Amino acid sequence: MQVNAKPAAKLMPDPLPKHGNCLFRTPVTPPNHEKPKDAMDLTLDHITHDYDGLSVLDDISLHIPAGEILCVIGPSGCGKSTLLRLIGGLEQPTAGQVLQLGTPPLGCLNPLTYVFQDFALLPWRSVEGNVSLVLEDHGIRGDAAEQIIADVLARTKLSDFRKALPRQLSGGMKQRVAIARALAVNPAVMLLDEPLSALDAQTRELLMEDLIALWTRQPFTGVYVTHNLAEAVRLGHRIAVLSRRPGRLSEVIDIDIPLTERKLGDPRLENIQKRLWDLMKQEALAADQELLHV
Amino acid sequence: MSEPASNTARPVPFRGRGFRPEAKRGAAIVVFVVLIAVIEWGTRTGWITNLTLPRPSDVAATLIELWQSGLLWTHLSLSLSRLVVGSALGISAGISVGVMIGLFSYVRAGLIPLVAALFPIPKIALLPLFVIWFGIDEGSKYALIALGTFTPTIVATYGAVDNVDRTLVRMGQSFGLSWWSIVRKIVLPGALPGILSGLRISLAIGIILLVAAEMLGAEYGIGAYILQAGSLYDLERLFAGVLILSVLGVTISWAIGLAEKRLLRWRT
Repeated sequence: MQVNAKPAAKLMPDPLPKHGNCLFRTPVTPPNHEKPKDAMDLTLDHITHDYDGLSVLDDISLHIPAGEILCVIGPSGCGKSTLLRLIGGLEQPTAGQVLQLGTPPLGCLNPLTYVFQDFALLPWRSVEGNVSLVLEDHGIRGDAAEQIIADVLARTKLSDFRKALPRQLSGGMKQRVAIARALAVNPAVMLLDEPLSALDAQTRELLMEDLIALWTRQPFTGVYVTHNLAEAVRLGHRIAVLSRRPGRLSEVIDIDIPLTERKLGDPRLENIQKRLWDLMKQEALAADQELLHV
Repeated sequence: MSEPASNTARPVPFRGRGFRPEAKRGAAIVVFVVLIAVIEWGTRTGWITNLTLPRPSDVAATLIELWQSGLLWTHLSLSLSRLVVGSALGISAGISVGVMIGLFSYVRAGLIPLVAALFPIPKIALLPLFVIWFGIDEGSKYALIALGTFTPTIVATYGAVDNVDRTLVRMGQSFGLSWWSIVRKIVLPGALPGILSGLRISLAIGIILLVAAEMLGAEYGIGAYILQAGSLYDLERLFAGVLILSVLGVTISWAIGLAEKRLLRWRT
């Protein structure tokens, strides 16, 4: 499985695909020592969660290998976003635990980094100010910060908008700033919480291509929560399907097509998407009905 | 076909007029000038007796006289220093306590009832107490203005802190920002709009209390000046004093507007 994931895993320990400025941040890199195993896997170990007695997630066990994107899909209210908050430590599961295996890459400032649906940009800071926000606390200022900011803004095609305020940017641009901010801390795992759901269809398509390009240039581990099946089949190496509330893992599907070969309207992807929909349709319908009764 | 009008092309009538405030420059000045002119005309023709209202031109003459005698500056500088010192104390303490209430549950639970109890007390009623505590001099006036601006600032500040977008705070936590960084870089800037609009109310209350304090025991100051004029039923001087207060209020409101424009440029 995952024909495309293996070269990715090999790429990870290589210093080249990391930030060009990694020397800046890790001046003590031992040149001849054994390279650190700088990939990080995540394991969800029997995660169960409830809010005030209302069961949201039920016994979820899942392995998230380094260098791969795992998409989590499920009907509305199945606890996808809760699962993501648990993975990144913004909430504590009622039972079970999230385990990190291996060490985060050198120069990684924030191993588990989120990209939020509503962008979560500080409206009073410019584009570069929003990126530098997450560097300041790690003592990265001046030239070192400047290098990282220039690098991530170039990678997200935002170099011309450094001084712009969030209110001047379109939704797609705002999410690019949020992605740039996430890249700036050189994360081991990116946790994407419906990152394209607040955008229109065309912008979504553009940003999906950007995400694929970013991953191709420097493969990252990703957990991508979405309710959009098309996004899941375009971006996911594996797709985890959750049932309706309480969310259980109903199926995990591997897609062997390399990300770069997945194009809009690919019949193979359409087939997988249709299979996913067949899997989910009854659940989604039931979830919809359930909401009416609550 | 029986109605000939149904066949002819007609433009769709525009129905979206009105209900949208527009900036009309100069309207305020026209209202002001007309009002002054009517009063001036009324007092000159005797339609308004000089017991009812003073003649605007006489008020202006009184003001000029006050300015030329140098007393205007004496009154104004004393009043302004009382307002500045008192409200600076009250507002800075109010913002600190308000932020603490917004951030810490225990402070919130402990202080909100106290603030609710302090807020409705007419602070002027406490002036005799303050005279004993802080002396008859400036101290009691500072304390009165400070207490008067303190409570509304607290209420505005913790409301503003409560309204800071929680997703931004979550974002800060998810990037591993320290607690102090989150407060300084996310909570405080996010609460600034609410704090500034609270300042408008606090400072207006400050002016009211300034005059009250000066009426109760001061030789110089706008309040003392107005009180003297009132006891002598000197309407020209009374209105001159009131005019100075209005100008003070407008100036403060304008200054806060300017601060909002500069500090909140990021808002739409």
